[in-house]
Amino acid sequence: MYEKHLMICGATGCLSSGSQSVEQALIEELEKRGIRDNYRLVMGGCPGFCEVGPIIVIYPDEVLYCRLKPKHMAELVEKHLVGGEIVEKLLYKGPDVDVPARFYDTIPFYAKQKFNVLRNSGIIDPESIDEYIMRGGYRAFTRSLEMEPAAICEEVKSAGLRGRGGAGFSTGLKWEFTLNAVGQKKYVVCNADEGDPGAFMDRSILEGDPHAILEGMLICGRAIGANEGYVYCRAEYPLAIKRLKIAISKAEEYGLLGENILGYNYNFKINIKEGAGAFVCGEETALLASIEGKRGMPRPRPPFPAQSGLFGKPTTINNVETLANIPLIVKEGGAVEFASVGTEGSKGTKVFALAGKIRNTGLCEVPMGITIREIIYDVGGGIKGGRDFKAVQAGGPSGGCIPAEQLDLPIDYDSLNKAGAIMGSGGLVVMDERTCMVDLARYFLSFTQKESCGKCTPCREGTKRMLEILNRITEGEGKPEDLDILDSMAYSIKDSSLCGLGQTCPNPVLSTIRYFRHEYEEHINNKFCRAGVCKALFNYKIDPETCTGCTVCARACPVDAISGEKKLPHEINLDLCTNCGSCIEKCRFDAIIIKPVGREADVSN
Amino acid sequence: MSTETEAAIAPEIDLSAIEEIIEPYLGKKEMVIPVLQKVQEHFGFLPRPAMEEVSRLMRIPLSRLYGVATFYAQFKMKPRGRYIIRVCKGTACHIQGSPKIADRIEETLGLQSGETTDDLRFTLEEVACIGACALAPVIMINDEPHGRLTPDKIKDILDSYE
Repeated sequence: MYEKHLMICGATGCLSSGSQSVEQALIEELEKRGIRDNYRLVMGGCPGFCEVGPIIVIYPDEVLYCRLKPKHMAELVEKHLVGGEIVEKLLYKGPDVDVPARFYDTIPFYAKQKFNVLRNSGIIDPESIDEYIMRGGYRAFTRSLEMEPAAICEEVKSAGLRGRGGAGFSTGLKWEFTLNAVGQKKYVVCNADEGDPGAFMDRSILEGDPHAILEGMLICGRAIGANEGYVYCRAEYPLAIKRLKIAISKAEEYGLLGENILGYNYNFKINIKEGAGAFVCGEETALLASIEGKRGMPRPRPPFPAQSGLFGKPTTINNVETLANIPLIVKEGGAVEFASVGTEGSKGTKVFALAGKIRNTGLCEVPMGITIREIIYDVGGGIKGGRDFKAVQAGGPSGGCIPAEQLDLPIDYDSLNKAGAIMGSGGLVVMDERTCMVDLARYFLSFTQKESCGKCTPCREGTKRMLEILNRITEGEGKPEDLDILDSMAYSIKDSSLCGLGQTCPNPVLSTIRYFRHEYEEHINNKFCRAGVCKALFNYKIDPETCTGCTVCARACPVDAISGEKKLPHEINLDLCTNCGSCIEKCRFDAIIIKPVGREADVSN
Repeated sequence: MSTETEAAIAPEIDLSAIEEIIEPYLGKKEMVIPVLQKVQEHFGFLPRPAMEEVSRLMRIPLSRLYGVATFYAQFKMKPRGRYIIRVCKGTACHIQGSPKIADRIEETLGLQSGETTDDLRFTLEEVACIGACALAPVIMINDEPHGRLTPDKIKDILDSYE
């Protein structure tokens, strides 16, 4: 019998902040005292709050300790586990709380969140099927065994669930098409090829609650008449793959996968396919080609996968987060409950990955319809370092940016589309005044250009030409006509590309031109990048009024370009300076300013 | 890594492992990607003689096999170092300064992305997104992530891999 359960976050975020050495130190401390067996340690799923990792949550006490280091473990064991006293200094502290917060319910990051998809993450042991079942797992699946396939599709449709992977198509309708397609053999495919740079929710769900995905696939198989499924998962996610494999073998052992499941006339097996690194494989027809062992190139639709998919058979392809919602919808009364959250056109919750220049980085799950302001300021805690919010990029390389004027935009599929962004997979990358929007557009396009599979000309050639123009602009060689050319090329590529990659890849360029045209014009006409990113388009200067002569910048400079006496204003030798930015990062007095090249007099920052 | 080095390594490779790897997949052409993944796991890259052997055993033309292998970023046609440094080029990492991290690694090791040090210690690669955006900028060295990097931290991190 365990006295307490300690959930140690074992997701990538906390691993990179050192959760493994924290666990090691904890085990050593417990062993030293001979009390190791009294506690259950679970390297479990993710509470989402990567910013303050590594995190340990202790049950049944309901205490969340954060920012842990191995050296804290002796005190944690001594005081909390042995002494029964809370170690206040390891609780969550921040500018948004008056007193250290002890658990989810008092930490502001969680206040506006609603856990559907992340319901088990960080609570159960992802490697234990029993814990999933105890939390109501596989109940929806057993209910679906008593239902007609068409009725299951109908329920998912009535819940209003839309695909969480990108375009937001109705999941129930997709299932119905596959159900109605002619053919004996059908497939369920789970798209776990999360490739959007800036999104990591699928990874977290797979690592934290793998059985939810299996249950979603089982219900889908039942609904469309399939008896085989594939999970196509990125090879870059080894822990997710390991946990899926464990989950599959446990489900087989329990008779939830295999032949005549639970005595019903229903067979289902699940295979895992590891992706080999190609962003375009997030596109459904490319993903299917890859499972078939071919180059992952898309093909024209129709025929849609619902008619002719994997190995030419009718196939439903759903994203990880979509499938994780399914058990909640198909459980008794679930569809109505699901539809009661969200907006008219977008039901339920959505998981967002908060990253970039935001204080609380991590994963959050919020009801659809919440405003961007609420996500960034209430959940995300505002901008890092107290700088001004500039824009947020929603939907990765297929999406667009949303500027400060639109902070009150509600987050749902349709509002985001109207604003020129997309829901995509739910990556939200926050930018402040030190982010250059032209460079950002260039960055996204260089990504999509590299990932273009090369099959269709508009995408293969078009992205390359657009990238050349953007490179020129960021190097100071932009021409006034460039903006019109970019605009017209963007629409040609959108209209004529074969797949979603090409059709959406100009979005970041279009949306940055739409909201930050002045920044492009400043790059082109004034040869100035006021964010201090495009190296050819600015110089650093030390403001003699503000500089205190603390010498920190001079010591940080890798090329010894900064000189000056202690306690006297310093100076930068522009002949030596490489614009590496080490000084501006280190300066605590904002004394280093960004100014246009070669115009000494004009410091109009 | 020059072609001579590759040629020098190639004749010595022991192809007997390939038969064992392929055994469960014989006749299943759709399993070619998992096969290549396992072959690469064994050799560290996909040497030409190994590709020829896979082609023969799986009855897939060599041209098609190379077509598949060169399509995916994961497959490497040249030998790689003991430690693979993957610099995350994701959005969050980009705006948090991953280009500066990449520059510093390139300077320190004298490598460009895709290259390997002569002593086969390090290979430098770029990866689209590691999925640790909250700790940007991030690199992975083999399976270990290193997050919240600044250029100054690079030297110590690299030194810890012998």
